[in-house]
Amino acid sequence: MKWLLRLLLLIVLLAALLLGWLFFGGGHRPTSPAMSKVTAATLQDPALIARGEYLATLGDCAGCHTAQGGARFAGGRSLATPFGNIPVPNITPDRETGLGDWSFEDFWQALHVGKGRHGELLYPAFSYTSYTKVTHDDALAMFAWLQSLPPVHVPSTASTLAFPYSVRKSLTAWRALYFREGVFKPDPAQSPQWNRGAYLVQGLGHCNECHAARDSLGGTSGDRHLTGGQIPMQNWYAPDLSTQQNGGLEGWGAQDIVDLLKTGRSAKGVAFGPMADVVATSTQHMSDDDLQAVATYLQSLPPRTPLVEEPQLFNAKAIVQQGEKVYTQHCADCHGKDGSGVAGVYPPLDGNSSVTEPTGLNATRMVLLGGFAPVTAANPRPYSMPPFAQQLSDSEVSAVVSYMRRSWTNNASVVRPEDVSRYRHTPID
Amino acid sequence: MNTNASLRLAKPFGAAVLLVVAMLSGVPSHAADAPPTHPAPPDTLQQRIATCTTCHGVHGEGTPGSGYFPRLAGKPATYLTRQMQDFQNGLRKYAPMEYTVRQLSPAYMQEIAEYFSSQQVPYSHSPVPAVSAATMQRGDELVSKGDPVRKIPACASCHGSQLTGVEPSTPGLVGLPYDYLSAQLGSWRTHTRATVAPDCMAVVANRLSDSDITAVAASLASRQLPADTHAQAAGSVTPPLPCGVLGATGDGT
Repeated sequence: MKWLLRLLLLIVLLAALLLGWLFFGGGHRPTSPAMSKVTAATLQDPALIARGEYLATLGDCAGCHTAQGGARFAGGRSLATPFGNIPVPNITPDRETGLGDWSFEDFWQALHVGKGRHGELLYPAFSYTSYTKVTHDDALAMFAWLQSLPPVHVPSTASTLAFPYSVRKSLTAWRALYFREGVFKPDPAQSPQWNRGAYLVQGLGHCNECHAARDSLGGTSGDRHLTGGQIPMQNWYAPDLSTQQNGGLEGWGAQDIVDLLKTGRSAKGVAFGPMADVVATSTQHMSDDDLQAVATYLQSLPPRTPLVEEPQLFNAKAIVQQGEKVYTQHCADCHGKDGSGVAGVYPPLDGNSSVTEPTGLNATRMVLLGGFAPVTAANPRPYSMPPFAQQLSDSEVSAVVSYMRRSWTNNASVVRPEDVSRYRHTPID
Repeated sequence: MNTNASLRLAKPFGAAVLLVVAMLSGVPSHAADAPPTHPAPPDTLQQRIATCTTCHGVHGEGTPGSGYFPRLAGKPATYLTRQMQDFQNGLRKYAPMEYTVRQLSPAYMQEIAEYFSSQQVPYSHSPVPAVSAATMQRGDELVSKGDPVRKIPACASCHGSQLTGVEPSTPGLVGLPYDYLSAQLGSWRTHTRATVAPDCMAVVANRLSDSDITAVAASLASRQLPADTHAQAAGSVTPPLPCGVLGATGDGT
């Protein structure tokens, strides 16, 4: 019996040690700006700051770090995740609530290693899984730009993360599974343009954070890179960016990709939902060279079969037939009987990756919500689509979306009325 | 020959002329250009803002039958622009509107506001729930005289003697549905509708009791329309409370 008692004691001791380490362990002293290897003069270089502004725009930092109606980059909002709400911090140089006391070393540690100033593990809602690929020079430019902003005093919101996610050390396991630290390594076999595109897409652009499926732990696996996925909480589907048929960018030319990112519209489709915001605040400001580089890289991605299973429906044919009637009555005037749209005005539905993506979410929610195409310098007065949420029942929406997904050259699964009902009640934003 | 008869004759004649003109201008060769598609939509603002007009009507007449979507036609453009800005920055909460206007530019919002502001379409009445004569009387009183004891100013003291609004920032209240009016007064109290400080309507709404809201909404929604429904000229009223939307600063001056 004595050995059993000893063993129990040992287990209790080990557990206490583990808990202590989880809650109190792992310290790291921040580097004060005065101790930094980067001088204040370097950070005030106007050329560096200007480059940092371009890069911060390209990375769309403001997209997350700005509250509705709040000062840009001042945080003060929460990001909803399946694990709870995560506060989005203020990244203006306010000393108390922002990055005022941060050195470049602290910033690099956050961006590249995913750790806060005191060594605490950061939640990957901050996409350091992508940002780790950003070069030291680019990070320095962005830091200089952020430090040049007027400081705004905005405290963080409260976290509502549930246990065990509320314990930052629990991220140790997550990081072992999903995080590979390291700056982007160019592929010498590829052109400089391809490498620039890959660097932007995989790094600052953090495209994969939406355009890949997340598993139950909120991670993305490397072999599903950019193959599309449902965006958690927001319930939009970020389509496959490879050249996959039916749901991918099959048939898109480089110019179509450039057009969509620059103007919000293209001959193949229009940006909407979260991507409309990305185009308006970020990609429309990218240089033509960078847009071409992104297109070159995306066009090199090989098609990969989607993972989503098609629901088996006994009455698929009847649904599609009903859908044709709804389509003729409500959709054909703008999108055409043949689904070809009107060039530069209304997007085609035939061959549109947001119509044929695996879930049917995007087409369903567009029919329900309608909305404007992105407002960009190239398209300052966009056309819009009417919302049909009030006019069409769940079964009518399911029918018309199923019809679009099965017509012309499209060949995707039908959408069920119960899916429409679910998406009808998805909170907007 | 009477006028009707000449119109009857004119139609086929006009059609024949059009047909001949079409044949002469070489329409058949057009068919070879591209696969036949439907006609391009007109390049008009009205066409561009289809997402707005679905609920608010092509001319901003609202959807009286629905009892909710408000009339926009004839409301001051500055007021309409301010509402879109308030939806953008979350002062005014209504998810479909926040979603729709979320990234419109100031210039585009101004253009849309001017479109609706300049529309002149007949008003129509929405259904008003049956309320007691006493309630209606209370409502009428609040609208035209207010309640000095509870420091509730009359609606007419800001929204114009005929309640048709005042340029540039005060909306008309006539012709709005009961459900919309009572929902707005309620939302000022629950902080789902707000505007730049000092928010005078929030002050007024919080001085109203629940039954006052019913009364005032019923009175406004059942009111006869004045002959002239245009908003009153700017500066023609002196508001009894400091209002941020009218240029007052936050310190009550």
